[in-house]
Amino acid sequence: MSPTQEKNAARRAPSAHGSGGAPAAPRRRGRFLESKVADWVLPGVLVVALVALWQAIVSFGGVEEYVLPAPLDVLDKMFGDFGTFAEQSVPTIVAIFVGFALAVAVALPIAVAMVYSEIVRRAVYPLLIIAQVVPKVAVAPLFIIWFGFGQLPKVLMVALICFFPIVIDSLVGFRAARPESLMLVRSMGAGRWQAFWKIRWPWALPSIFAGVKVGITLAVVGAVVAEFVGADKGLGVLLITARGDMDSLTVFASIAWLTVIGFVLFLVVEVLERVLVPGRKSGRTFEASGSL
Amino acid sequence: MAPAAAAPYVEFDAFTKSFDTGGGVVTAVSEMSFELERGEFLAIVGPSGCGKSTLLMALAGLTQPTSGQVRVGGEAVLKPYTDLGIVFQSAELLPWRTALQNVLLQAEIRKAPKAESDARARELLARVGLKGFEGRYPDELSGGMRQRVALCRALLHDPEILVMDEPFGALDALTRDQIQIDLQRLWMERRKTVVFVTHSIDEAVFLADRVLVFSPRPARIAAEFRVPLDRPRHLSARAGSVFTDLVGEIRGVFETLGVLSEEAK
Repeated sequence: MSPTQEKNAARRAPSAHGSGGAPAAPRRRGRFLESKVADWVLPGVLVVALVALWQAIVSFGGVEEYVLPAPLDVLDKMFGDFGTFAEQSVPTIVAIFVGFALAVAVALPIAVAMVYSEIVRRAVYPLLIIAQVVPKVAVAPLFIIWFGFGQLPKVLMVALICFFPIVIDSLVGFRAARPESLMLVRSMGAGRWQAFWKIRWPWALPSIFAGVKVGITLAVVGAVVAEFVGADKGLGVLLITARGDMDSLTVFASIAWLTVIGFVLFLVVEVLERVLVPGRKSGRTFEASGSL
Repeated sequence: MAPAAAAPYVEFDAFTKSFDTGGGVVTAVSEMSFELERGEFLAIVGPSGCGKSTLLMALAGLTQPTSGQVRVGGEAVLKPYTDLGIVFQSAELLPWRTALQNVLLQAEIRKAPKAESDARARELLARVGLKGFEGRYPDELSGGMRQRVALCRALLHDPEILVMDEPFGALDALTRDQIQIDLQRLWMERRKTVVFVTHSIDEAVFLADRVLVFSPRPARIAAEFRVPLDRPRHLSARAGSVFTDLVGEIRGVFETLGVLSEEAK
């Protein structure tokens, strides 16, 4: 093939293979399903339909509010008592944020150490598994005994619960770099530091973010669980107190706000991923492959 | 004083490499000695798994011989030898970098001046027919184009030695013809010392000044041929009797070695 012919072949290539991750949808499905709008419209329609069904059941079925409050009443509560929810959200969000940051700050160096040292890998790996198998929710009461009813036990619970997926996916990521690529940069005179930042780190980022995404959703769970077990303030405390009062409306509104928080945090991570993962800005993807 | 013309530039001296596979020690290359002159194009053909790649990695200083020595310019290679470019069978382009950025990796690691490297990278890409593709990502390039980018990256710092490990093995026949011609042109301009490992006897004879034929593991040199073809060689040379006779002779060596057989095994 001459270079010119090859150029033509390459020009056609993106449409044939799909330039991003997802394969192109077959033609007959039509334009709408291929558009980005469909990604928002389809789940949006489903959610609205389900909420409408919920409203109808409550309105026309004569369900008591303490059993199942109507969605419109929940919405009204969420924004009507916005001040209370906002105030109680702050300690919860702070615990999520600090605990999550702690988990990332500990997980990444451990993953790096496990990649570079076989001794560390073989020593630490079984401990990681054991730490993951221990039911963390069952450990929560201990944290209260040790650290009281403040923020510290919450932060630790959050860190503990989101640590595992982050460290495991980071480990997979750091091992994804192809040995040939590492040999190549060594022959260019690269030291370990350069080989890490030019090759290992960018190869690892997609996988690290996969772990971070799982971690951030678990972080919300961790904070709420810690607040259930014992804390002086937070959305989880509000929720558990309201339950005691059979105030289902507040319970639902708290759950709704926790969902909003979790969703927003997830979106923040998504945006970070787009900014930090090289090649992602232009909508490109590459998959880190590798296993333990 | 200019060095004597025949002084060996690269020397493999009783090179031996064994691996401990867990199930016992396997000797990949045993007591192998050969030399290259500066500016020589040497091709190595041999069956799979005969330790050809090991030799290349040892020349690059990325692995050390179990015994024996590799010397460049009279000095033993004991750490990564950096006045050298490598091209692997898979292009090994970084998927998050464009063609140009992949070539410039070489300059970044070496901390070479930016503007100068950028200009040279663009020039090299243009010389292999990739002008206008500098901003493309590897998954937007064909296999042949990716391998050309890899070649440019290996040549960016104008190394004295070029090490190629089955670089065109994964390409289709037509692309392969074209890239062989391009490589010959580039080589004739700068006359670098090239060690080219391949499975293809045709490719070895077409490109090299000299062809070493390796035996199966543990590898030793089964035969050595000079290629008496003028340069630049044209694709039509492959139809000539000099070419076909030599290819036939090398195939004969493989038959003697039991690597090739007309009989069903």
